[in-house]
Amino acid sequence: MNFLEAKKVVKKFANHTALDHVDMQVPENSIYGLLGPNGAGKTTLIRIINQITGPDEGEILINGRPLAPGDVYNIGYLPEERGLYKKMKVGEQAVYLARLKGLSRNDALKKLKYWFEKFEIQAWWDKKVEELSKGMQQKIQFIVTILHEPKLLIFDEPFSGFDPINTNMLKNEILELREKGATILFSTHNMESVEELCDHITLINNSKTILHGAVENIKQDYKEHLIELNFKGDEQLLSNKISRPFKIREIKNLPHFSKAYIEMGEDGTINQLLKNIVDSVDILGLTELLPSMNEIFIKVVNESNTASVYEKQAVL
Amino acid sequence: MNKIGLIISREYTTRVKKKSFLVMSVIGPLLFAAMFVLPAWLASLDSTSEKHIAVIDHTRKYKDAISNTEFMKFTWLDETNENNLKSNFKNMGYDAYVIISDDLLKNPDAVKIYSETPVTIDMKQHVRNDLEKFLEKEKLKSFNIDGLDEIIADINSTKVHVSTIQLGEKGTEKESSTELTMIAAIVFAMLIYFFVLMYGTQVMRGVVEEKTNRIVEVIISSVKPFQLMMGKIIGIAMVALTQFLLWVIFTIIIITGIKFAVFPDGEMPTRMDKQIEVVQAQQGDDENAATNSDFAKEFTKIMEKAQAIDIAGSILAFFFFFIAGYLLYAGLYAAVGAVIDNETDSQQFVMPIIMPLILSIYIAMAAFRDPSSDIAFWFSMIPFTSPIVMMARIPFQIPMWQVILSMAILTVSFIFTTWFAGRIYRTGILMYGKKITYKEIWKWFRYSGK
Repeated sequence: MNFLEAKKVVKKFANHTALDHVDMQVPENSIYGLLGPNGAGKTTLIRIINQITGPDEGEILINGRPLAPGDVYNIGYLPEERGLYKKMKVGEQAVYLARLKGLSRNDALKKLKYWFEKFEIQAWWDKKVEELSKGMQQKIQFIVTILHEPKLLIFDEPFSGFDPINTNMLKNEILELREKGATILFSTHNMESVEELCDHITLINNSKTILHGAVENIKQDYKEHLIELNFKGDEQLLSNKISRPFKIREIKNLPHFSKAYIEMGEDGTINQLLKNIVDSVDILGLTELLPSMNEIFIKVVNESNTASVYEKQAVL
Repeated sequence: MNKIGLIISREYTTRVKKKSFLVMSVIGPLLFAAMFVLPAWLASLDSTSEKHIAVIDHTRKYKDAISNTEFMKFTWLDETNENNLKSNFKNMGYDAYVIISDDLLKNPDAVKIYSETPVTIDMKQHVRNDLEKFLEKEKLKSFNIDGLDEIIADINSTKVHVSTIQLGEKGTEKESSTELTMIAAIVFAMLIYFFVLMYGTQVMRGVVEEKTNRIVEVIISSVKPFQLMMGKIIGIAMVALTQFLLWVIFTIIIITGIKFAVFPDGEMPTRMDKQIEVVQAQQGDDENAATNSDFAKEFTKIMEKAQAIDIAGSILAFFFFFIAGYLLYAGLYAAVGAVIDNETDSQQFVMPIIMPLILSIYIAMAAFRDPSSDIAFWFSMIPFTSPIVMMARIPFQIPMWQVILSMAILTVSFIFTTWFAGRIYRTGILMYGKKITYKEIWKWFRYSGK
């Protein structure tokens, strides 16, 4: 069941198209990565989901029905450009923002107490925001975003401004929120965290979806059938044993052992490879290398940019 | 709706809690009180000592037309004394002298008061007042009507006060009421100018603050941009009204305090009372009604009636133009705040807003002098100048239809500017780090986002 769905969403601004028939299906209770280079249209899509702007064409479905004004209470949004009133006290401000999301004053106080205790920041309650460090302010913002326990959470670059310890804490919180049943839409350039957290992704480039699916499937689709082999011994003996369909791409000599990167070709198998080389060197281990999301991202975006250049040339 | 309430209350409480608000609330009334008390105090210095004034009447028509008062004694001298008087009236025991050089019916400028120190308004008014009264009688006599004396007595005993209110444009009583109406008009117009400028700028600052703090996107994921804008505008309007009421209350307290400290016997120079009565629509207390001179008695009576008809209406109109004028400009200020990234960029966009405000003050100055002139009329209809110019005219009892028409135009206009500003605001608040041109703003306006 898809909790959130974008159907052929188009958004045009005066001089350019920000979203060009973008589709997205976010399964319920998943962590969904919305990826893309700067200016691809991610923030525009997120703003449409938050009803900050409306689409020119297409629609957004939430739980199978079109987005309604009341849905702002079901969404928690941590924008990329985020901040707080500097002169306002932390507690006062948190209560204000929570009440704008539909909580009563008492509920807001109760929930804030829980989270301030959990993050051990009770001492900040009466401080002005401007007295806090940037990382501290980010924590407050995170709490305010999730306080009303929305079913859908949208985080736009949530980790910017956090140190590694807090980043880790935040990751754990995000995973915990999913455990509790929330669906999380997650926009970032940080591919490491995508790999760690996301179940599914959509990649947008130049206002169009160019890739989407489950992270595991995408990795399988983009794998290069490349084997990393750790061994000790004479690399010449090894390369003598490698023949079609296998091919050595590179051998690296490390202080205690060597690494060979072997392309398997379309029909090579690991068993076949092992049979061929088993007598030549001491095999320490081997794994099939899956591409990192980072590599896939760069590859796909570059391909799509080249393609669109050709397209433009063809039009000309 | 509930959310607009939340926004209004935040905008209101954060501002009212600020130290600067408290400081303004105290300083304003102090200035006002000084404005009332200083002239009154100076007047009291003047009038407590008896003034002797010599009068030389070349026409010999006006003998004893100017009556003596408690503080002003007039002595009618032969015209042979003129040269002597001119060279050393001080030594002769006079503080000033009046020369009537020609028939005042033919030449109204033929009266002059000479003095070494500036002539007080009280003295000038008294001389003018009495002479005009005298002339009026003379004129009436010239018609040779039967039983004229009874008619005049009748007019004097019953109709004087009524005609003061209704025929304020001519006649003897005009002078006394014009002065206080002028003061009322100036105070009203200046207050509106001041509040629109000050609180309009606050709206702009508030929007810029939200933009530079980057909190705006967090908030508009919960409320509509228009709600945020209106919440801010209304919240700040309430701050302005609070400030205004505090000023009135503090001013009354300060003035009453001074009144009891400086004039413990309960008598205050009349001029001070006039001002207080005009500005605050306070009922003059009865103690003061029985003041020192005939003029003051008459004046108080006039004021009592004028208050009932004039001032109450003016105060109502003041609140309307105060709020509507603020709303007209506040939306535009909000739009400017949304367009710019920080206050230093505001200049080019704020200029076109401030220009009509400054212009209105100039037009208002002209309106004080001639409230029914064409220029005063038209600029009290044009919405961008009408709050100030109309307020400058209203105390002069202009036709009701003009007031209502001006109010209607202003209402339609502020709804329009708010709508217009809302469209620009909606796009502007999410634009960071861009230099915005007027052309761009026009595009935003036409852009029909849903």
